Amino acid sequence: MTLLTAQGMTGGYGGMDILHNVELAVDTGEIVVIVGPNGAGKSTAMKAIFGLVHLREGSVVFDGKDITNSQPDRLVSIGLGYVPQERNIFPNLSVHENLEMGAYIRRDDIAPALERVYTLFPPLVEKRKQAAGELSGGQRQMVAFGRALMTDPKVLLLDEPTAGLSPLFMDEIFDRIIAVNETGVGILMVEQNARQALELADRGYVLATGENRYIDTGPNLLADREVVESFLGGGGGNVNNDAGSTGPQGDRDD
Amino acid sequence: MIEFFNDYIVSALVLGSIYALGAIGISMIYAILRFAHFAHGDFLTLGAYLALEQIYLLGIHPVFAIPLAMVLTAIIAVGIDKAFYRPFRKSRPIIMVIASFGVALMLRACFQLFWGVDDFYYWGIQPPMEMFEPFLIGAKHLYIAGAVIILISATHYLLAYTRTGKAMRAMSDDPDLARVTGIPTERVVVWTWIVGASLAAAAGVLLGMDTRVKFDMGWNLLLPMFAAAILGGLGRPYGAIAGGMVIGGLEEISTLVIPGDYKSAVAFGVMVLVLIFRPQGIFKGRVL
Repeated sequence: MTLLTAQGMTGGYGGMDILHNVELAVDTGEIVVIVGPNGAGKSTAMKAIFGLVHLREGSVVFDGKDITNSQPDRLVSIGLGYVPQERNIFPNLSVHENLEMGAYIRRDDIAPALERVYTLFPPLVEKRKQAAGELSGGQRQMVAFGRALMTDPKVLLLDEPTAGLSPLFMDEIFDRIIAVNETGVGILMVEQNARQALELADRGYVLATGENRYIDTGPNLLADREVVESFLGGGGGNVNNDAGSTGPQGDRDD
Repeated sequence: MIEFFNDYIVSALVLGSIYALGAIGISMIYAILRFAHFAHGDFLTLGAYLALEQIYLLGIHPVFAIPLAMVLTAIIAVGIDKAFYRPFRKSRPIIMVIASFGVALMLRACFQLFWGVDDFYYWGIQPPMEMFEPFLIGAKHLYIAGAVIILISATHYLLAYTRTGKAMRAMSDDPDLARVTGIPTERVVVWTWIVGASLAAAAGVLLGMDTRVKFDMGWNLLLPMFAAAILGGLGRPYGAIAGGMVIGGLEEISTLVIPGDYKSAVAFGVMVLVLIFRPQGIFKGRVL
């Protein structure tokens, strides 16, 4: 059995269902990526796992416990961490205080967890007393990851971790995600830079209109012409050339 | 110059610290619970009356009546939150504002019922006496200054160094993020009421020492306290302290040029100007 399993997730905000029978799974130490067009329900699916979107049907099981529609403080305490896309730091708290807040529910010594975060994100060491809101975009994202890592989660949910970052910082953040993963933390992330994210992924889920479309390993999805053409905006590295020529063919194949 | 100090600076500092103590609660409650707490002024009045009872029953100096007045006011505030605000936690903010207006009316009606509408004066307050020649500082103002320094230091310690205080600041930064971080938000809300209401109660006792105790004394300070919270930046406790000192200072010094009866217009004027030109306040708080 996998560590985190979501099955038949159906629900949304208010009366309208955004998710229809969505399944997702993350096993220990895996990197799992959710990709898909805008409005596909990627972030909604992730929020549903974290109890922020009400599920009308379906179930979420984590580490053998049913966590369907659970409260965040319970999820954090059993080893699930969540980093929202925006507003994911406390801007007026110092970097160090942000990390301390991440460990709020812990009653034991948090020094080892702090040590681990500062080792993973060395730039934060000298900024530890600075207000987090004054940092650059990439460093803020490190604070956000660090905050969520303070409880030693088994799985970290990342909602578009590179959104709004310059390409330079984007690579940096992907490197950090790999580094975090190498410490044994399972990663489930929603990502707009689908190609780059899928290259890292043990498994990728392609969502569209709130439903699962494709589930496969990252490399297999990147090799699948249909997936690339319909969801990754053309093929290969030279997007502009290929999108024009292969796009229509792809349509005819359907 | 010495005359200016004796006539204006001392009273500006006293009034400013009373506003500051009241504005901390208004500012934090706005940021954490997202509504303007209209009954906050009546917490000052409540504190003042609770001190009055202790002074008359036990014969103690008003300053020593502050701790119990703070504790009792905090308990009543947590009770009021449970009964009148918590049921509306998920409603739109305006519902909470109206509820707090209702609480304000109820509290004032209770004050009139229990204590009538007449002025009361605390026992044990000496008339101004000459100290630190040539400066003239009343003994009561020294007591007030001492109490304010202790209260502000304690508040600073709580907010900067304790887990609960940091969680309050985190929640006033971003309540949604605090929730997904696993911070038990309802417990932080209770602490916010305890801190906000107890500081308001202390401010009420100090105001009672400085002037008199009356059923509408706190309600009348609501406008300058809001002006202080907005000027400092909503959700910024240190901003509220700075804002309180500025508003108190401007009000007192304004009596140099305008009749004293109009000094509350100064707070209103400052609030309007801040909302137009710098709605986030000095310390970049939330926008009203």
